[in-house]
Amino acid sequence: MSAVVRDPAARGRATLAVLGLCVLWPLLQIAEFKPAVLFAPGNLATLGGFLATFLPPATDAGFLGLLAAATVDTLAIATVGIALAMLIAVPLALLATRSLSIGRLDARLRPLSEAVRLCARALTLVLRGVPELVWALIFVRIFGLGPAAGVAALAITYGGMLAKVYAEILESTDLTPTRALLAAGSGRLGALGYGLLPVAADELVSYTVYRWECAVRASVVMGFVGAGGLGQLMDQSMKMLNGGEACSILITFLLLVMLADALSAWLRRQVRG
Amino acid sequence: MISLTAVSMAHAGGRLALDGIDLSVSAGERVALIGPSGAGKTTLLRLIGASLQPTTGLLRIDGVDPWGLSARDLQRLRAGIGKMHQTPPIPPRQRVVTAVLAGRLGQWPLWRAMASLVYPLDIAGARAVLEPLGLAERLFDRCDQLSGGQLQRVALARLFYQQPQLELADEPVSALDPALARAVAVALNDDAKRRGVTLIASLHAVELALSEFSRVIGLRNGRVAFDLPAGQVGQHHVEALYAGAGAGQVAEAAKAEPRARLTRCA
Repeated sequence: MSAVVRDPAARGRATLAVLGLCVLWPLLQIAEFKPAVLFAPGNLATLGGFLATFLPPATDAGFLGLLAAATVDTLAIATVGIALAMLIAVPLALLATRSLSIGRLDARLRPLSEAVRLCARALTLVLRGVPELVWALIFVRIFGLGPAAGVAALAITYGGMLAKVYAEILESTDLTPTRALLAAGSGRLGALGYGLLPVAADELVSYTVYRWECAVRASVVMGFVGAGGLGQLMDQSMKMLNGGEACSILITFLLLVMLADALSAWLRRQVRG
Repeated sequence: MISLTAVSMAHAGGRLALDGIDLSVSAGERVALIGPSGAGKTTLLRLIGASLQPTTGLLRIDGVDPWGLSARDLQRLRAGIGKMHQTPPIPPRQRVVTAVLAGRLGQWPLWRAMASLVYPLDIAGARAVLEPLGLAERLFDRCDQLSGGQLQRVALARLFYQQPQLELADEPVSALDPALARAVAVALNDDAKRRGVTLIASLHAVELALSEFSRVIGLRNGRVAFDLPAGQVGQHHVEALYAGAGAGQVAEAAKAEPRARLTRCA
């Protein structure tokens, strides 16, 4: 026997790495991703020609007015959508998370709580399983063309996503304070407010703001199917092959994402105090 | 008040943490649990605190088997049991006043708990328990601005604010310097004496156990080695309790420790 002590975990890690590569390689083939095509001379010229139409960005007053109105639309869709999504997500996350489970504290099985938790998890799965674009297509038929369809679609998908991630954030934070409170007879919501939220608040805030940023982008995509805002404007500009306008819209996106970043940083600072 | 009859506790994997414990503690007693690492002190405290269900045997608190209670009654029972830990379970970003008021969450209705998050509803009450511990000025400071010793005193203030009928402390002074350790042990005992409630604390500081508590129980390998009034515990009892806690014992304790940790969080 060798006297050298080997890391017992090394073999498992190596196997996992090899397995991962074995799965990735065929996937790469199926996805038909060939980077060389990008750099073929003809393609580069086409790309260059397309991008050249983007310059200079459109700055005429009429278009800027449209752009401003569409930006407000997009911000409204994203913000109202996220607000409604939180209304769905908060109760679902509280039902789905294991952190506030008293049964996990004392290892006494409470079948009803387990059943409720499973149902909440299943519901979040259904809500976020269908892409928001599909929901938007459905809601456009109900609410007609315009922002309402986008809001409804966002509320549903993002409600599911937020619920899942909220529940997981609550589970991955330090549970010692929460468990101590539950062990001292506190109710679940009391333990949430006094034990769990003080530990998890900044992560919850930062994820919510990130989702708001995603909602801005998603509302743009949904605009292409008629849900209003910057997306609809972009759709029109692209169809008219107006690169300058498209460029101005893209710059607006960039500014919105930077705004989201700044907002997130500021809110986190507020929470941390 | 508390009685254990042939109580055993097996951890996952079958190792016995407690092995046939018979014990009764009457109201107003102040009991120190001593014994080497891995003797089962923490497990015993968690059983008595109704946080952990015994594998076999019967536990009664005030004549009631907690594990026969409904969820609501069990919660009410727990609200009357105050617990203290070696590391204070207080969120770092919480303010001292909130951390103290959290002691009564088990007694407050939900609306009061939630309203008190918006504006602390019993500032005077929190101040009254912090004052004798020398922390009245820190009322609105955040807990991450406190030293370890100050934080443990905040945990103590929370326990006093809860006004429990039974106080359980799991190595409450192990992380403190000797002077502070004595001060915290004295404060715990004084409060229990004044209100006539039961106190059970596990300690590594044997001299504190002998000088401050009324009764000392020595645990070793999950069994009661001795159970005597503090005045009758002699040097030979203590030496026998910790005998052989050398290399072999330490290695075994180290092996057992992660498992004990896991169950503590489970």
